[in-house]
Amino acid sequence: MDLYAVVFYAFAFITLAAGAIVVFSRNIVHAAFALLFAFFGVAGLYVLLMADFLAITQLLIYVGGILVLVLFGVMLTSNTIDVQMKTSTIQTFPAVLIVAALAGTLIGIFWSTDWKTTTDPPIQATAPKIGEMMLTSYLLPFEIASVVLLVALVGAAMIARREKKA
Amino acid sequence: MMQDFTQWLQQPGLSHFLIVSGLLFSFGMFAVLTRRNAIMVLMGIELILNSANINFLAFSRYTTGTLDGHLVAIFVIILAAAEAAIALAIVLNIYQNFNTVNVDELNHLRD
Repeated sequence: MDLYAVVFYAFAFITLAAGAIVVFSRNIVHAAFALLFAFFGVAGLYVLLMADFLAITQLLIYVGGILVLVLFGVMLTSNTIDVQMKTSTIQTFPAVLIVAALAGTLIGIFWSTDWKTTTDPPIQATAPKIGEMMLTSYLLPFEIASVVLLVALVGAAMIARREKKA
Repeated sequence: MMQDFTQWLQQPGLSHFLIVSGLLFSFGMFAVLTRRNAIMVLMGIELILNSANINFLAFSRYTTGTLDGHLVAIFVIILAAAEAAIALAIVLNIYQNFNTVNVDELNHLRD
């Protein structure tokens, strides 16, 4: 078992264990902090897939941005005076059936398919290539994404603003 | 058979990453289906988007040899950020109006 396999299993374990805590924890703050470790583990998997730029982006945007946003949401919508941080679940049994069928199907397909993999060596430094592709073949999606971000941020600020009762 | 399996375990390849992402997707789907708190549903959606990104990068690394999967993953992250901001703004507004964020109690179109 070489070092690559050991590191892969370590990051896969971190990701899946933290994901399980997110899903099964009763305490929403514990779930939010477990989400941090899940994102971190996914960033590690990105590194193992030779996606260095994506790994850093994952850490910056997910851990630094989205997770903080989620934590603000948790803090602002929980009745902290009553310490009502617990969340309950609904329709657990049918959900277990559906998710078990889904997971079984997905893993069965992933396991049994004979994937045609390439033997080419992976691209080493991805950031220059990504920048080049973003300004050539992916220019239109790039511009649309910038407009979408602008609209989303203005819209979020408008929606979240506390309106004055007239 | 057993020999094959131990050898498969020792060499992580495309299918290992795909199986990890499949399990992560299932966890996220379970959170979306069962949680009552809207923010927990959002966390499940983030897990689902992350598992999709693992798939894009794994196929990009092991089958194509190009960086198209990376670009798609970047756009997924951009949209996830926009989605989280909008969804949390809506959840905050719902909390101010209904004093709850449990998705099964929000069954009015007007208050």
